Amino acid sequence: MLVTLLSGDKPRSAILTVLLLGVLICLAGAPFLFPGVRSLETAATICIFILLVASYDLLLGYTGIVSFAHTMFFGLGAYGVALSATHLGRGWGALVVGSLSGAIAAALLALVIGLFSLRVRAIFFAMITLAVASAVAVLVSQLFNITGGEDGLTYRIPRELTPAFRMGELFGVRLNGRILNYYLVFICCFLLFLFLLRVVNSPFGRVLQAIRENDFRAEAIGYRVVWYRTAATCLSAAIAALAGSLYAIWLRYVGPDTTLSFEIMLDILLMVVIGGMGTMYGAVLGAVIFVLAQNYLQALMGVAASATEGVPILPLFLDPNRWLLWLGLLFILSVYFFPTGIVGRLRAGR
Amino acid sequence: MSDPVLELSGLHTDIAQYHILEGVDLSVPRGQVTMLLGRNGVGKTTTLRTIMGHWAAKSGTIRYDAQDITGWPTPARARAGIGFVPEDMGIFSDLTVEENMVLAAASGPLDPARLTRIFAAFPPLKTFWTAEAGNLSGGQKQMLSIARAMAEERILYLIDEPTKGLAPAIVSTMAGALRDLKAQGASILLVEQNFAVAKALGDHAAVMEGGRIVWTGPMAELAADTALQERLMGLNMEVQG
Repeated sequence: MLVTLLSGDKPRSAILTVLLLGVLICLAGAPFLFPGVRSLETAATICIFILLVASYDLLLGYTGIVSFAHTMFFGLGAYGVALSATHLGRGWGALVVGSLSGAIAAALLALVIGLFSLRVRAIFFAMITLAVASAVAVLVSQLFNITGGEDGLTYRIPRELTPAFRMGELFGVRLNGRILNYYLVFICCFLLFLFLLRVVNSPFGRVLQAIRENDFRAEAIGYRVVWYRTAATCLSAAIAALAGSLYAIWLRYVGPDTTLSFEIMLDILLMVVIGGMGTMYGAVLGAVIFVLAQNYLQALMGVAASATEGVPILPLFLDPNRWLLWLGLLFILSVYFFPTGIVGRLRAGR
Repeated sequence: MSDPVLELSGLHTDIAQYHILEGVDLSVPRGQVTMLLGRNGVGKTTTLRTIMGHWAAKSGTIRYDAQDITGWPTPARARAGIGFVPEDMGIFSDLTVEENMVLAAASGPLDPARLTRIFAAFPPLKTFWTAEAGNLSGGQKQMLSIARAMAEERILYLIDEPTKGLAPAIVSTMAGALRDLKAQGASILLVEQNFAVAKALGDHAAVMEGGRIVWTGPMAELAADTALQERLMGLNMEVQG
């Protein structure tokens, strides 16, 4: 049953299995295991980034396509929900319409980019995606009347998903719409992640892997490489857009910095590389480590700095303001020691 | 000569600024093995890759099974029944032997009877069926490469140096498999540097020099004439074989 759920793609490492189960339990029980606004924010961000990174892994890890437009697709989904909620009013229908419109718009844009540039060399495709993503970011910023420009958009979502909606108490935790909103995000991300696992383990996914390894050979067997690459790009874009929609539903705000910035694109790249490309499970570990480090490393360093107050020089290095330096160092070390990502390393060390 | 399955006429191919094929004319008879011979760098691999569509022909025509396929994309040529075994084997190392074979049957599921024949020809593939193809030995990878081409019914096989760098025992397995393929009536255009194998398998031979076919005739005639071999290829089959 569990193997069927995972589409036969078992973790293939005891440590990895334990880690993945740990992440699943922590995320499934986050509102009760780690009560508090900040921890719930972190858990929801982890869920969304797992999905976003997994959709990018479909492109980079399974198909061998380097794209810099993934945040653009993420943003399209987020703005889809924001615009729909703004213009159609508060309601479930607006969320569904916005999510679907964002996903369709992302898939169509991916189709156009793919048909124009996937026939040529990989570097050209990467450059095209970078140019289009930058153009869309500028456009969103300039079209102030529609998108809210740099300020972004704030909108209302159904009351059942907001803290104002109260439902009593369970295990000492006050149940409210925010927790419902979290479970909406968690369940959607979980199901879409399982869908991606199904895709990469299907005959379609095998063809993508064959194309990544040797596109000439895949063509010589009879597969239309451009068609498969374009289909993978569209699918990946649509899933990224759905992740963006969930982010917009969770935040109740969208802006260029939260959904379209190139910084997010770099974060996604790092999460894929740290977790392990072409594994799907790498997206889980990469997103968990990265988001936790982004949210808690600074606080952890503050504690470490106070604990080492008596030691000369060390508190200077552990100053919370230097958290980005340590984050960078952590990534350099992880890429150095785990060139195939954490999942690749764990699987090799079976 | 029987009805040709493949005819190349005045085929020219450039790779970057280099003019590699300079008017190849070749006829490959149906149901027989044609050896494509010649020194290194004369254009044998480029000929196969141009037939497969990996390199675009600059001019000339490729007629296959009574159709002009010169402008066809590679996947269409493969689906029309041309199986290609490249020199570098081109196996998908991250996938298992099974996944490699399933992918090779691009038009539908693997035929069990065909798979049984493949296992009989290449027993190690059955042993390592669920192993990652990248972990196979060189000989086993070559077996997989040929087995992939055999995963579906093909009209024409283009095989590029299948015995290159293999141990004698594996060479003999490979030759046996090609003999079986020939016995099943397949048409084969084979580039082969091992003259013992070439002599044993070939019905016809075409010798290339400077991007052109400079001699065609029965393989037996070439095998018997050492002076001709010396003149065409600078080699003597008796010594090599």
